[in-house]
Amino acid sequence: MWAEIIVTLIKLAVVIGVLFTTVPIMVWVERRGSALIQDRLGPNRVGPWGLLQPVVDAVKLLTKENLIPEGVNKLFYLLAPAIALVVALSTFIVVPFGSDPGLKLFGHAVNGFIVAPGLNLGILYVFAIASFGVYSIVLAGWSSDNKYSLLGGVRSSAQMISYELAMTIAVVGVLMASSSFRLDTIVTDQAGTWFGFLPRWNVFPQLIGAITFVVAAFAETNRLPFDLPEAEAELVAGYHTEYSSMKFASFFMSEYMNMVTSSALIVILFFGGWTLPGVAAPTGWAGAIFSIVVFSLKVAFFLWFFVWVRWTLPRFRFDQLMGLGWKVMVPLSVLNFVWVGVAMALRIL
Amino acid sequence: MVTYVFLVAAVVAVVFSLVTIAHRNPVVNVLSLAIVFFALSAIYAVVGMDFLAAIQLIVYSGAVLVLFLFVIMLLNIRSVERLGSGRPLQAALGAAAAIAVGVAIVLVIGKQAPTFGSLLPGTGKGTAFAIGRSLMTTHLFPFEFISVLLLAALIGALVLARKEER
Repeated sequence: MWAEIIVTLIKLAVVIGVLFTTVPIMVWVERRGSALIQDRLGPNRVGPWGLLQPVVDAVKLLTKENLIPEGVNKLFYLLAPAIALVVALSTFIVVPFGSDPGLKLFGHAVNGFIVAPGLNLGILYVFAIASFGVYSIVLAGWSSDNKYSLLGGVRSSAQMISYELAMTIAVVGVLMASSSFRLDTIVTDQAGTWFGFLPRWNVFPQLIGAITFVVAAFAETNRLPFDLPEAEAELVAGYHTEYSSMKFASFFMSEYMNMVTSSALIVILFFGGWTLPGVAAPTGWAGAIFSIVVFSLKVAFFLWFFVWVRWTLPRFRFDQLMGLGWKVMVPLSVLNFVWVGVAMALRIL
Repeated sequence: MVTYVFLVAAVVAVVFSLVTIAHRNPVVNVLSLAIVFFALSAIYAVVGMDFLAAIQLIVYSGAVLVLFLFVIMLLNIRSVERLGSGRPLQAALGAAAAIAVGVAIVLVIGKQAPTFGSLLPGTGKGTAFAIGRSLMTTHLFPFEFISVLLLAALIGALVLARKEER
């Protein structure tokens, strides 16, 4: 009993610690990456290569004046950033981040490197919790009593609904192929190779599904080219115009945490999670650490991909965004879904 | 454990249903409804219907209510006039009727009240596997029929929303 609680607490501490440390690292990567892409220097004064810049930023955000504008609906104004953080932190508990060959810690089974190993809902839980994420943006926009914030909130609600559809249908293909909601089962299902050289990852038979999922993930995390809810060129800062200090930081941090969760989901659903065909993984704890490293590297690649796309592509116009969502992404995801069904019926997959 | 979670969730659901219909601010109404759905989802989860619990949140809180919020924000409704204001007779009659119906329900159901445990679905009934199987076998016809109905609704909405081309 106690061992179980301690093991879960350790996993929880690791996950929360990693999520909170990834945020400053990603902020640094984003700023240095944008400088690299735009042929600038980027922050390079604080610490070696500007590595301590996020630390200074954090101190700045913590010590800034905590401003609540007049005329806001105080309850919802304060609730919105809290919802954003809670949602961002609690979606990660069903994400498995390493393979567990039956290891023991303090005489108790580790039960897989996943905070909530008993939850059979897996991906459905992520969708259920993530569906509350839109409330934070909509409420922030509505309660701020600012027309730009309100526009950001209205845009966000329409965008989230449109892209959630494509995202869910794209995931259905993977769920059919693995016949499980559990993310760890989906990963172990992708071990091995096709024809001896092609990794058995879902991205190869379901390339269209993978593309729709990645595009929808960009829209759901409000990242460029789909950052219409904040669109600083049109809406000042969109839904978080009226937020300062740590309340702004909550939105900021949750965006980066959502990026981590989305990257982890992309890796798990379409890129084989921690599986790496052709490499003999060591056994025992060494194997577990090896799998965690492989998984982290894959996630890191997609995090970089988020940054890369943000500084490469311009923003969509709102009608283009809606057109892409409904006329391209939804039909494509349905196409993927039909293809997986046909392939499974013909026993190709 | 099941009973305690149920009691807490049930009280939350009832209280926020009242807020949903009684509060003047439409955004508060929608959010209370979201809390009601969350409490219902908790009840589903604790009696072992975990698939239904997830779908409840994804479909109702994630899509339907966000659509409500979208409409409220788009029309920028600030608050609604209290219904029945200035009509004390109608209000009193309505309240009396509601109380009478409530008492009648309690009297009828109270006679044959089942115990809480007997209302629980058996284990394994609420999994995605069981629901999918019964949708594709026993309830295949209604399932397919509803999909046609929804398609008709979808096309109807498109026709209504289409601009007349001249």
